[in-house]
Amino acid sequence: MEAWIFFKKTIRMVFVGTKVYYLWCAFLLAIIGVAIAFYIKQLDAGLIVTNMKDQVSWGLYIGNFTYLVGVAAAAVLLVIPAYIYHFDPIKEIVVLGELLAASAIIMALMFVLADLGRPDRFWHIIPFIGILAFPDSLLAWDVIVLNGYLVLNTIVPIYILVKTYFGKEPVRKYVIPLVLLSIPWAVGIHTVTAFLYNGLAARPFWNASILAPRFLASAFCSGPAMALIIFQILRKTAGLKIKNEALFKVAELMAYAMFINLFLLGAELFKEYYSGTIHLAPMQYLFQGLHGHDSLVPWIQSAMVMNITAFLIFLIPATRKNLITLNIGSLLIIVGVWIEKGLGLIVPGFIPDPLGEIYEYLPNINEIAISLGIWAFGLFIFTLFMRIAIPIQRGDFSHSKYAHEAGRTQYERDQSIRKTSENS
Amino acid sequence: MEDRSQTRRDFMKMMSMGAMAALSLGSLSCTQARVEAFLQKHFREMTEAEKKEAIRRLEETYFRKYGKKFHISTQPADAAVLWGYGLDLSRCIGCRRCVYACVKENNQSRINPQLQWIRVVRLKDGSLINLENTEHYYNPEKVPEPGFQYMPVQCQHCENPPCVRVCPVHATWKEPDGIVVVDYNWCIGCRYCIAACPYKGRVFNWGEPNIPPEELNTEVHYLGNRPRMKNVVEKCTFCIQRVRNGRYPACVEACPTGARKFGNLLDPDSEIRYIIENKRVFRLKEDLNTEPKFYYFFSA
Repeated sequence: MEAWIFFKKTIRMVFVGTKVYYLWCAFLLAIIGVAIAFYIKQLDAGLIVTNMKDQVSWGLYIGNFTYLVGVAAAAVLLVIPAYIYHFDPIKEIVVLGELLAASAIIMALMFVLADLGRPDRFWHIIPFIGILAFPDSLLAWDVIVLNGYLVLNTIVPIYILVKTYFGKEPVRKYVIPLVLLSIPWAVGIHTVTAFLYNGLAARPFWNASILAPRFLASAFCSGPAMALIIFQILRKTAGLKIKNEALFKVAELMAYAMFINLFLLGAELFKEYYSGTIHLAPMQYLFQGLHGHDSLVPWIQSAMVMNITAFLIFLIPATRKNLITLNIGSLLIIVGVWIEKGLGLIVPGFIPDPLGEIYEYLPNINEIAISLGIWAFGLFIFTLFMRIAIPIQRGDFSHSKYAHEAGRTQYERDQSIRKTSENS
Repeated sequence: MEDRSQTRRDFMKMMSMGAMAALSLGSLSCTQARVEAFLQKHFREMTEAEKKEAIRRLEETYFRKYGKKFHISTQPADAAVLWGYGLDLSRCIGCRRCVYACVKENNQSRINPQLQWIRVVRLKDGSLINLENTEHYYNPEKVPEPGFQYMPVQCQHCENPPCVRVCPVHATWKEPDGIVVVDYNWCIGCRYCIAACPYKGRVFNWGEPNIPPEELNTEVHYLGNRPRMKNVVEKCTFCIQRVRNGRYPACVEACPTGARKFGNLLDPDSEIRYIIENKRVFRLKEDLNTEPKFYYFFSA
């Protein structure tokens, strides 16, 4: 009964807000609306409306999917310091970080759905109802780990928030095992996603053992970068309490991650260029152009400049502890890693194709519109999460407050608070 | 005020009645066939009765769509057979008649999208193994051109097919006679198999397949050349509809130089066995351990 009242109140909560909140939601819904129109067109005509071809059979959708799995996995960079090392400034934002991870996973799954030629046969992949080719197909593994991670990253924050709403302390013996489980699971989702490409001997660009570690390293840069920006926005707009200390700590961890990311990339470049075998071709296509085809070269070059600049910004304490340079660095990482993991990883894997053909892929308006729509949907979901989570964390949206408004006396309210604190 | 709400109600009533009528009249059987096709099981999980039912439904659908009576076979593999393919590189002249015979025989989409299961690449003499230097779109006055070698590539029907391993729903598999097939009604269109294939053996129907009705081949196999739908993967099946009936694949028949050979690898007296035992034979990308059953050789 209490749960039902809580549920009804949360629904009411998301419909009220400031003018900025309404404008923001309307803006996102408008983008989603446009994307739906483009998606209907794609459903009707087929994937022929995209720029993908047999030669480059995955493109912007799968690139975004890969990037977002990384963003989701990076929530552990908040979870570990908060729950394992009890770094208190981060503890206040960890729930929000987990909800960010959940939103990222929802987006990642939507990108897979957008890329699927036959979404009407989606049920074929559901275990027991359809046929899930487990353990043969890495895509089957991905379905399992991504959905599992989504469940973990929704039940933990929801449990904590509901407890907070009722003015109780979350029970540690429920929370801690799930949190501990979510750490290897986060590594797992990104490793499995890397293995999805890694296991294909037909594609030498992906068939390098360094791929999974590189994935993790870049994820631990891009995910937290996104969190840094979002938390500062929420601090300004939603009254989220968060100390600069927490932001700087995350930025410090990102500097290490970016160092490892750049180092692993260097190791891979060395191996390919020094041995100079036939497997060099995709790398050449990406970084220099191959047989006169070089549409990705300016992209990867700018990504490299962004990543190295951001690394220096986060490495030097003076720039790391300055909110302006910190934000510039975060934006550089968000974009730089997106290029590196999106266009820069998926597309060159297909170029040249197994019979040596080069088809230069760049996404078209359909793919861009649908992708923006999925991003907008993810942000919309995240906004709704925050609309509930932040007031609960601040103590503005709680059981006792509503009970008081419902006509209870101050005395009764104090009694109920005393009771709950005695119980816990 | 009263009037306006009355008209609005009337309008709503009219609209909903209209929608109901459209739903019930609008080719009920078509909707039902769609629902049945949606719920159709994986081919390998169907009982004989369910297969018959699926065939009947498909034949009806094709008749409605193309106005032609199809004969859809589900003939299974013969246990004493393992198909192998030989291709004589010293005879291939790059004329690509095999490509078009294949397109016609197997009901591939002709325009937008244009699909072909065989790709004949041109290589400079002396650089046969390095597929980085292939030319795909060449159009000479006469073939063969001096100084060039032609290499047709199609599904190699691997013993260890990477495409089969990666499919998340088992929509593709290797038949007991070695033919790698696709259940077009089970494929979800994720294209993971295309990414996994080292031979570009698979193509995707990016849009609704487009075949002139008069060019349709109505003698089809469920796992082979029956008309496909949009957004599913398809591939060479060694002309499963022909070879399980004692005929050669269409490409073998069409080749004007006799460069293409086909036979049963389990039969020690077959031509393909003779080639493997007596000619200089190689297979594409053997380092990937896919074990193709497609043997390139030189007769000269």
